[in-house]
Formats: sequence, C-alpha cells, structure tokens
Amino acid sequence: MQVTMTVNGKSYTRDVEPRLLLVDFIRSELALTGTNIGCDTSQCGACTIHLNGKAVKSCTVFAVQAAGAELTTIEGLAGTGLHPMQQAFWDKHGLQCGYCTPGMIMTAVKLVERHGGTLSEEEIRHGLAGNLCRCTGYQNIVKAVQQAATEMGGGD
Amino acid sequence: MGNYMGESIKRREDPRFIQGKGKYVANLHIPNMAHVAILRSPYAHARIRSINTDAAKALDGVIAVYTGQELIDGGVGKLPCGWNVPDIKVPDRWPLMVDRVRHVGDSVVAVVAESPYIAYDALELIEVDYEPLPVVIDARKTTEPGVPLVHDEIPDNISYAWALGNKDETEQAFASAEHVVELELINQRLIPNAMEPRAAVAQWDAYTEEMTLWTTSQNPHPIRLLLSAFTLGIPEQKLRVISPDVGGGFGSKIFHYPEEVIVPWIAREINRPVKWVCSRSESYLTDSHGRDHVTVARLALKKDGTFTGLHVQTWSNQGAYLSTFAPLIPTALYITLLSGLYKIPAIWGEMWGTLTNTVPVDAYRGAGRPEASYLVERLVDIAAQELGMDPVELRRKNFIPADEFPYQTPVAFLYDSGDYHRLFDKALGMFGYDALRESQKAAREQGRLVGIGVAGCIEASGPAPSQVAGALGAAVGFWESAVIRVHPTGKATVLTGSHSHGQGHETTFAQVVADQLGMDINDVEIVHGDTGRVPFGMGTYGSRSGCVGGSALVRAAEKVRAKAIKIAAHQMEAAEEDIVYDRTTGKLHVKGSPAHAKGFAEIAFAAYTAHNLPAGLEPGLEESAFYDPANFTFPNSCHISQVEIDRETGEVHIQHYTAVDDVGNVINPLVVEGQILGGIVQGIGQALTEAAVYDEAGQLLSGSMMDYAVPKAMLFPMFDVDRTVTPSPHNPLGVKGAGEMGTIAATVAIANAVMDALAPLGIRHLEMPLTASKLWHAIQGASGGNGMQATNETPLGGRDEPGDPANWPERQILSD
Repeated sequence: MQVTMTVNGKSYTRDVEPRLLLVDFIRSELALTGTNIGCDTSQCGACTIHLNGKAVKSCTVFAVQAAGAELTTIEGLAGTGLHPMQQAFWDKHGLQCGYCTPGMIMTAVKLVERHGGTLSEEEIRHGLAGNLCRCTGYQNIVKAVQQAATEMGGGD
Repeated sequence: MGNYMGESIKRREDPRFIQGKGKYVANLHIPNMAHVAILRSPYAHARIRSINTDAAKALDGVIAVYTGQELIDGGVGKLPCGWNVPDIKVPDRWPLMVDRVRHVGDSVVAVVAESPYIAYDALELIEVDYEPLPVVIDARKTTEPGVPLVHDEIPDNISYAWALGNKDETEQAFASAEHVVELELINQRLIPNAMEPRAAVAQWDAYTEEMTLWTTSQNPHPIRLLLSAFTLGIPEQKLRVISPDVGGGFGSKIFHYPEEVIVPWIAREINRPVKWVCSRSESYLTDSHGRDHVTVARLALKKDGTFTGLHVQTWSNQGAYLSTFAPLIPTALYITLLSGLYKIPAIWGEMWGTLTNTVPVDAYRGAGRPEASYLVERLVDIAAQELGMDPVELRRKNFIPADEFPYQTPVAFLYDSGDYHRLFDKALGMFGYDALRESQKAAREQGRLVGIGVAGCIEASGPAPSQVAGALGAAVGFWESAVIRVHPTGKATVLTGSHSHGQGHETTFAQVVADQLGMDINDVEIVHGDTGRVPFGMGTYGSRSGCVGGSALVRAAEKVRAKAIKIAAHQMEAAEEDIVYDRTTGKLHVKGSPAHAKGFAEIAFAAYTAHNLPAGLEPGLEESAFYDPANFTFPNSCHISQVEIDRETGEVHIQHYTAVDDVGNVINPLVVEGQILGGIVQGIGQALTEAAVYDEAGQLLSGSMMDYAVPKAMLFPMFDVDRTVTPSPHNPLGVKGAGEMGTIAATVAIANAVMDALAPLGIRHLEMPLTASKLWHAIQGASGGNGMQATNETPLGGRDEPGDPANWPERQILSD
C-alpha cells in the first residue's frame, strides 16, 4: 500500500506492507533511528513519538494508519539547538544509557503541554507510567520534567 | 585546566542521546544487509526427533535456514564457562541445540532472510518434532528420586558444590550459643530487563578474511577471545568486536550468547552483512537471569546480642546450562560477603549449583552480594526482634570498628576501609530515625501498619587481583588497560578497556585524565568498546570501571608526566627532580621559576618533532598501562526506609527513603548519585514487584513486560541520598565501586520495613516480592484478619519451602 505522511516537517511517500509497524517504518524506511524499540507489548514507551500532536507509542500503530498524519520524532523535536525538555534531561542527569530517553522526552513534552508549568511531582510520576527506565530510578527524570515545565510554562 | 576530580560535570555523551543520535547496534544499517531470526523451543525439556525446514527455505525472501548440526559441521564450538571451581561439571551448550532442548527459549534453528518480517514468517513454517520430557524447575528438587536429569552425564543435577569458612569453629559457636536465629528464605529469580534488547550485526570481508561483529556487550575483548578460541574459530587478529552505545546491561550483557556465534557464522556463510535484533519476549527467554537462591541459615548470638557464628546453606539455581560466569556468583561473590558489616568470628557457608529446565542464571546487578546482604540483614532484623533490641543498636554492637581496618573476615575477604558508625550516624540523622520511631508507635496505636527498615550492607567491587581470581576459578584476569595518546598539538585520545553502557565514562574518565595531566577536559577524548582501536581490556561489571579502569588511566598518566618531565628538564637545562609539573595549570617549570614555564602542549609538540630530546629518549608521547589491583574495594551503605501498608489493599507506600553510601572518593558526584538512585529502584523492584515465575511445566509465566513488573515512576518518593567517604587505601584514586551499592541495600531496606510493619500481626518473614496480593492475604490470615489463611507462596511456581538439610544429598566440601 502507498502511504504519505509528514515526518519532522518533510513529506514522505512509500509503498509498505499493511502489517508494517509505524516504528519500523520510521526506523527502516526513513532511517530515523532515534526512536527506539524496547519491548513488543506496548509497555516500555521507548518508541513514543508525536502523531498529530499526541504522544503515541509507534509500535502500536501500523504505518498505514498514519497515512496523512503529521509526525514528530526525537530528531525533529527541536528546530535548532535543544528543546527545553532535552536541555533539562541533560542538566538534571535524567539519563544514563539513553535508550529510553527519546521516548521519555517525547512523552514528557506532551505531559507538560497538557498540564502546563504547574504540574505536580505526582502528576509527572503518573504521567510517565507508560515509559520505563531501568537506569535512573526516575528521580532525575522527574526533576528534569519539573525544570522543563517551568521553562515551557503555559497551561493553567 | 585540571581540578576536575569531584566535580559534577554534566555528561558529554548526553547530547547525542537526547537528540536521538545514540549509536546502538540495532540502529546500524549496512547496504545489502540480511536479517536473522531464531526458532526457540516452546518446551522446557524435549528431545528433538526431527526438523523439517523445507517450507521455510521455499519462502520468498528466505536466503538460508540452518540447524544446529549444520553449525557444528561448519566449525562452531560449544559455549564455554569462564569460571571453573574444582570438580565442576560443565554441561554442553551449543549455539543451536541439536537433539535436545532444555529450557523454553533454547535456540534450535536460525533463518536468514531479506527482511526481519520475512525471517519471522519463515520461523512459522519450520516443523520440529519434539518429544516432551519431564522437567525440573525448582533448585531444591533437583536431587529428589525420580527427578529427571537435565544433562544425562551430570548426576543429581548438581554441577558443582563449594564451601568456605571455619567449619569447626562455627559448629562450636552453635554448640555454645545463647540464642540462635533460624531462617529459611528465597532470593527470587529476577530478569535484568536492560531497556535495549540484545542485538548483533556482523560483516565479513571475504577478501581480507576479516570479520567485524557489533554486539551489545559490556566486554567486547573477552567476547572476541571466546569467539576466537572456542566458538567461532576466527583468529583474534582477524576478528574485530565493537560494542558501541549499549543501552544498559546490569550484568546481562557480560556473557557470551549463542547469537554472537550464529550471526557472524551466517554472515561468512552467505557473504553478506547480517543483523539480528532480540525481541523483548525473546530476551525474557534468553538473557541470563539473576539471583534464584533457596537458603537455610542460622545465626548464633550471645544474649547481649553479640554475633558468635553464622551457618549458611544455599541452593543456587543455575538454569539449564552454565552461563559464562555463573559459578562465580554464588561462590566468590556470595559466601565471601556473609560477614556483612560485622565481626562474626565463625562463618561456614556451603552452596550447591544445581541445573534445572530454566533459563541460565548469571550475574545481575549486585550478583551474589545482594543475596548475601539480604540474608544477613534479614537475620539481624529477626535477631533484634527476638532479643527485644532496636535493630540499629544490635547492628552497632557488632560493627567492625573503624580502627580495625584492614579487617580480615573468616570468609576470605580483607575489607580495605570503612567507618560504619559514622555511616549510620549520618543516615540516621538524615532520616530522623528517633523521631520516626516515635511516630511509628503512635501510628501503630491507631492500627496503622507502618514499618521502618534499616539495612547496613557491604559490597566487594572491582574483583581482584588476577592471581587470586585465578585460584578461585577465573579463566580470565581482572586487570584493566589504558592508553593515553597525546597528539603533537597537546590534545589526547584515551583508550580504555572498560566499557560504558550508561555509566558515563566519556565524561568521568576524561575528568581523571584531564586532572592527572592538567589538561582542558575538552581536549581529552575517551574511546572504548572497540577491539580494533583499544588494547585488550576486561570491560565493565562488578562496579570495576572507576577503581580498576580509572586506576589504569592514572598509571598511564603518571608515565606521560614522567616523560614530559624528562623532556622539560632537558630543554630547560635542569635536573628532572627540579621540574615542577603543575597539574592545576598544565605547565612545567623549574622549581622556583614558575614564570618560565612550558605548557603541556609545547612539550607534546617537542616530543613529536624530536628535534631536542634527551639522549636515548624515544620520540612521541603515548603511554599505556595494565593495572592489576591489589584487592577488591569494599563500598558500604546504610539505607533506611519507612513504609506504610494499606490494610485494605496490601499496597506498600514508601514514605521516606534515606541512602548514605561510602563509595570512597568520588570522581563525579552527579554520576555517582545517578548510579545510587537507579540502583535503589532496581533493588526495590526485587523487594516489591519483580519475579521470574515458572509454572510446573517450565513455562515462563512472567515472559513479557505485561507480566514482569519492571518498576514505574509512580511507585517511588524522592530519595534522600548522601555519602560518607573512607577512601580505598590501595588504588591511586581512592575510589570504590558505586554501580551496585544501591541495588544491594535497597532490597533489604524495603523488605525489613515491610516486615517491621507486619510485626505487630505476628508475621515473621514473607518471601519477596512483597506484592499487594501477598501482603493482603498475609494480613487477612494473621490475627485481626477475617480468618483467611496467610499465604507465603514462593515466586517459583510449585516450589516448597526447603526441607531438612539432613535429607539433602552428600555434599562435596571443596575448601575449608
């Protein structure tokens, strides 16, 4: 099947099998390997991207379901330089092996956009329930999201 | 310039990770690359009657299909065991099994195809005629009559036995004990779950006959050695193993896995680049698991609480084969730690390594040391309860005093340094122990289940020295390599045999070298994980990188400084001993004349122009070191938690958590704190949520992230983390390992808190994981409940409590 979608501002058209997962499309067809695969049951969140403005686990969507959609991956999150969330993960040592990090950042950006700059520690911890990290113990990730939330502001 | 030691420098590797530019093996794409998938056994134990691959081979896009026999005919060897205790029986393990499978997930057939999707389709078309065989799952049942043998040639399913300590003194201690605490417990099997699943890519160059293998390993050089000498047969000089960015390991990526043989073998066979990426479901069935002990222990005390003896018997489940370092974990990294933080004059530890129809077990974060700490610290807590003492008071009474270091335990180790009273003072103060004990009393009067758990734990990090390791069974050494290559412009490329899979060596090792040579840290680049660039090195495990790899860097830097001083002395017409190498500025000058200094870069340039060097001095400025430590280092910790158990649901809420760790000097506090924080959560995972659960047929019930509870962010409060420092006296940095202490201490700090919360109900001990369901049933079954039976179901399905040791089989005592 032919699909066309916009990824990080650029339009792509490809012939794909109906069963091709969106994450495999992004990684193999578009060679955007910043989106990682950490599980096969939609638990870990390493593959989280933005699909039409929502944080979505791209292992749980077929590429054909994203036909016509606007996608942002970690590679396209910041225009130039770093997004405040990326900067905050760096500042707060919110990553170690880095494998969960792209998905964690993509989830956290939408979490802050939903709640605004005033979201609580509890809201952050619950908001990250779909993203697993085995290295950091989450504490510095929570601090990173708090820092970015302050900087991104917005919400209520 | 200089002065980088002890600074919380942000990590230099992070920009690539936060922008999605991590160089993980699965991200590697080579033109014309083919893809491998592995057919795995659905049975825990079965004979393979026949394999029919015709339909798979006929599938469009399939390049080839290989069975185990074809690999053997093609020259692959058995996977070796790298740690051999006396009289060990090592079962045969082939990259693909030929006529029998011994655990669910055992590898049987390999398919290589044009895409991973086609390769997986082809697996569905392979017909294997299995004859299922009876299974044994439980480490304690392996020797019972009628229990099947996992390997026909290994009687009683016992691969090895090991013992250590002073047996006679221990028996006497119990004969004269005024109080004895007895405890049977299980340290449940865990699954490591590094976020990056394993992967391998191989590229064969038919013209030069050279192979490159990219693999998710913590130690690429030992993998190359094993591939060359045992499994693949390609000479070391023709084989390059690269472990680029590796997404976590926690031990599970130390070992030599079948796919590291299969993938390059196929790449050579079809003369194309080949890639294999493990699915998460496969990783549950094939990554080496951790822990899995059943233990019977007794602690002898005087009435005043003085420890007089400890006797431990442990059944250690090794799984279906011996993973690369499996026999090290429950022997020299477990029984040797049974002294804890305490003076225990008599200790006798015995263990049996048993084979079962389960995934092989090997090192997992802590590796033997968490099992020892959990056992000792549970015993101490129960002892305090039985003697009516405060658990802190009992611990303090038995601490090794600060003025008795180095301290020789009865179980081989010589502890290097520590000050356990100061450690506890700090942790108890931060936690507010006395006040929280008071408020606990009030909470209990209201019927609330509030518990406080204390853990005082020891770790042995940076296994060493090589000679002793060899005597204990190691097939490898435990030194580390370093090269400092100073370029003519005064910048440096540093090669280290340690490997970073999240630890941040590109930052911390640059701190060490820049500090040693007085350089700008931005002029130092760290290279690791590539046997084509780095001299043979041992990799990263056992919290060894700082204390062994870092020390190797110091030794190499000392040589660079010595040569720089020779050149400076010659050019400034002074004696070498009159040259001052100012590491804070990176300048060299004659004593008393700092104004006439030469910069490090000037000296480097002079070393390479070689226009004006001392007679006999070789040009260039590149030095290497192989550092073999004199001893392990012995980090220690006090972790204290307060939990409250919801009576209605059994859920554990962690209310306060304080961690104070003594990991010696610290290179980068930000990085060390990160290691401790991550370790705590992994440790709490064992206490509360994680367990590998097998059913009686040997099916792994917790075989996906849906069923195996990797902890999530919302389980935790903010942890209060700090340090005390007693530098290690025997390495040049004074550092101790920081990678595993959090995991070792957190498990029992939480388990003790939960058991303290349940103590008013008369519950003495429950097995981990302390899930809401288990606690709810226990609360219901205890006094004050509704009469339902307390359950203490074990994490391994169908496993009984350990029976009378007198009924255990004849034991081979191999060392006194």
